[in-house]
Amino acid sequence: MARQQAFLVELAGARPAGRSHAIAWSVGNVLFYLAIALLSVIFLFPFFWTVTSSLKQPFELFEYPPKLFPSVPQVQNYLTALNTEPLLLWVWNSVIVVTLSTIGVVVSSSVVAYSFARFEYRGRELFFILTLATMMLPAQVTLIPQFILFNALGWINTLLPLWVPFLFGGGAFYIFLMRQFLLSLPADLDEAALIDGASYLQVFWLVLLPLCQPALAAVAIISFVSTWNDFLSPLIYLNSQEKFTLALGLQFFQNVPEEGGMPLQHLLMAASVMAMIPCLVLFFSFQRYFVEGVVLSGIKG
Amino acid sequence: MAQAPPRIAGRTREVSWLARAAGANSPLKAHKALWGYIFLSPWLVGLVVFIVGPIIASFYLSFTDYQVMSPPNWVGLANYEKAFTGDNLFWPSIWVTLKYALVVVPVGLLGSLLLAMALNQGKRGTYSFRTIFYLPSLVPAVALALVWTWLFHPEVGPINVALSYAGIKGPAWIADDHWALPALIIISLWSSVGGNTMLIFLAGLQGVPSALLDAAAIDGAGRWAKFRHITLPMISPTVLFNLILGVIGALKVFTLAFVATKGGPNYATWFFALHIYQQAFSYFRMGYGSALAWLFVIMLLAFTYLQLRVSQRWVYYAGGES
Repeated sequence: MARQQAFLVELAGARPAGRSHAIAWSVGNVLFYLAIALLSVIFLFPFFWTVTSSLKQPFELFEYPPKLFPSVPQVQNYLTALNTEPLLLWVWNSVIVVTLSTIGVVVSSSVVAYSFARFEYRGRELFFILTLATMMLPAQVTLIPQFILFNALGWINTLLPLWVPFLFGGGAFYIFLMRQFLLSLPADLDEAALIDGASYLQVFWLVLLPLCQPALAAVAIISFVSTWNDFLSPLIYLNSQEKFTLALGLQFFQNVPEEGGMPLQHLLMAASVMAMIPCLVLFFSFQRYFVEGVVLSGIKG
Repeated sequence: MAQAPPRIAGRTREVSWLARAAGANSPLKAHKALWGYIFLSPWLVGLVVFIVGPIIASFYLSFTDYQVMSPPNWVGLANYEKAFTGDNLFWPSIWVTLKYALVVVPVGLLGSLLLAMALNQGKRGTYSFRTIFYLPSLVPAVALALVWTWLFHPEVGPINVALSYAGIKGPAWIADDHWALPALIIISLWSSVGGNTMLIFLAGLQGVPSALLDAAAIDGAGRWAKFRHITLPMISPTVLFNLILGVIGALKVFTLAFVATKGGPNYATWFFALHIYQQAFSYFRMGYGSALAWLFVIMLLAFTYLQLRVSQRWVYYAGGES
């Protein structure tokens, strides 16, 4: 395909002088949009296939060749999926975990970042380097002792291990991101407030936090998505169905007994759509913050 | 240490030993340092309880036989010995993980860079394309595995149907020993190539000063020369950042394989993270699992160190030494 492109560009360049530049430019443009449109199709097709499969009737799923669209869209597949497994309960558990951990991350990472960005004390650099180092650490190495710890606390098969740890600083990545943002705000702001008699807590709460809104949004969104999608921690800590989060419960759709040999792919796809929707909606509503957060973390990395 | 009320340091003119320990030599600075510690304290607790403590604990456990029900039993290096010589899934799992990483990391980086460069030309519609490319990275790994299992269905999956139109008989993909790993690689590339890596590249590309590119163009540099001699050196720190994160991410691969293939067929996708999980949480061999986890960390550190060493030859920091 690349060769084809090069050939076409050459062809365009070989046109009579004078017009050649404009035409080559537009051919280049056409090729650019063609290539990028093709890529978009590749990126979007799995979404399309998920949705269209979720709306098919069971017998349509295994028709050959498969049809792009269901003959009659079966919206009730979504209701059936909700009733096949305790999906609503899993959604509710996910909502609890995501809400509490996101609040924990936002509040505690910004407080800790304030300390790193605005205070001077012995050991600050050391703690900061240690914080960065933990970003490289694979979860596997802390997982076993954490499991033993939560087991000793009697927290296995509760939602507690999934959100309580986030109350303590939220994690290195979020602290780092908030610190980078705080450093970009002029220190004169807090100095002025301090001279006016504000306490550090007031400076943080009334002066800095309102200005941090874009970074706070980025942290909240990234935390939301990663907790909503998290699979490993729920897998390890939860073992009875009524405690599952949606990400964990979803895989059990694979194991649903096939009643009367009926294929269940349509329900599986419907459940997958429901699992994807919150993050996609969030992304479409707050795309700017998403991008800013990622960029902020990468530039200074 | 941080619990002493700050008023004491603020009121008395003297600087307490506590303040001096905190690195402050005046009451005001001591007061401020104290508040610094107070704001830091949640993270200090988190760091000790959830990270540093567990690291030390897992190091200790890796020298023990510990099955949760009875207290750990010191066994010396037996776990490590077992990994290297007595565990017939240890080396295969490392090999599968490396094979996976060796494809996913370079192809992923190159793909992300190419996408970012395409988007960085400032053409119309770029914004929507960026959105489209980013969407797959928002799909939960579980849903990713379920959806792609369906896409890869040997008979009615759209991939094999499309191949059959081209006259190719598609393999059974995730049900086939030889095609399961390539299938997982395709899935993970689809989900990650337009994600955060691309966004970070895009930011890096936008940081390349256009004055340099214009100057090179005036000197007669072509597209490739400009890319090779200006863009690439300028974004080399970004490349390094993405490379290190990419390697770590690839070596940690778990959920996709756990849901889509369960490590099979025939252990063809038995990644190292799966192996650790199985030993520790299916068989509850916490001691052996910890030893495996430590070997994993050592492997990751070695890779990261190697990359940082080699990077000194090819990464250019525009701000001078930093």
